[in-house]
Amino acid sequence: MNGVLVDLARTFAALSLVSIGGINALLPEIHRQVVAVHGWMTDTAFANAFAIANASPGPNVILVSLIGWEVAGLAGLLVATLAILIPSCTLAYFASHAIMRWSDRPAVVLLRDALVPVALGLMLASGVSMMRTVDRDIVTVVISLATAAFVYTTKRNPLWALASGAIVNVAALHLS
Amino acid sequence: MQHDLSASPRRNIGKAELFLGFLKIGLLGFGGVAPWARHIIVEEKGWLTDKEFAEILGVGQVLPGPNVVNASVIIGNRFQGPVGVLLCLLGQMAMPVVIVIGLAMVYQRLASIPEVHAALIGAAAASAGMVLGTALKMIRNIRPTAVTLGIVGLGFASIALFRWPLVPVVVGLVVLAIAGTVLVRRS
Repeated sequence: MNGVLVDLARTFAALSLVSIGGINALLPEIHRQVVAVHGWMTDTAFANAFAIANASPGPNVILVSLIGWEVAGLAGLLVATLAILIPSCTLAYFASHAIMRWSDRPAVVLLRDALVPVALGLMLASGVSMMRTVDRDIVTVVISLATAAFVYTTKRNPLWALASGAIVNVAALHLS
Repeated sequence: MQHDLSASPRRNIGKAELFLGFLKIGLLGFGGVAPWARHIIVEEKGWLTDKEFAEILGVGQVLPGPNVVNASVIIGNRFQGPVGVLLCLLGQMAMPVVIVIGLAMVYQRLASIPEVHAALIGAAAASAGMVLGTALKMIRNIRPTAVTLGIVGLGFASIALFRWPLVPVVVGLVVLAIAGTVLVRRS
């Protein structure tokens, strides 16, 4: 049990510092670590956890809390959550003063510009990786692509698309 | 609401007020916290101006870690120091964590009902599309140059197609991206 907690702490603390672009960009790597490297969850269990985390309000880092809970109960939840938060929050705490103060300096502007496409490439990969995790049939692929088109073309609340996705998939169950 | 807060960086926002504000942000934050954080911090509470909030969120995006979590570290520190940071984080995480565990437990009981499973997977498929669509929209909105698109494509291919581990990919991409940005500036 302690070994699992140490592994959880080590895995998520390491991921915390490379999560440029947030948890969404990190998703393929979390999936790889949790399913392939450590074998903590099956592919299906991971897809379910992902779906449950997305159905809940709040920052999507709660996916990591849920993984911790599924792997090692309350202790796992606390360890995983703190491990993913402490390194990046500590960095944010110390770096924010410097970045805010020197936000006009050429080096900071350069870094900011350079990191944008890195974050976007990771986020794009994450969308595809999430589809691979969740979409098991033609209906879910269509739901994903339709939602992508909805978000791309409108500014409406994405909650509509999430609700429609759930309804469409339930309807498909009864029609097939 | 119209105060220029950059001129008076320490407007008095109490600890309880800070905690309750972020508790609300966490509770309302369906499908991404950032829009709700802005709504509550800028429009409802008037703690920050729109420009200040955008700057802080921008810094949150550059740093590793969840954007809004990073932003709440900066906002908490600004109003109440390190204690404020902890209050903002706790406020934001507390209810969502309880809710997600509750949902997971309910789901475990109901997983055998096909409709429940189908609804959950349908919503998750939509979330995947939401990430994809948001990424494409953001790429469109930054009006990318060839170099920018190259970096985006390289990052996408390394992770989504070749499934390389994230850490070396990010390190390599950051170096390439900085080099590319410098070259574009020089030319």
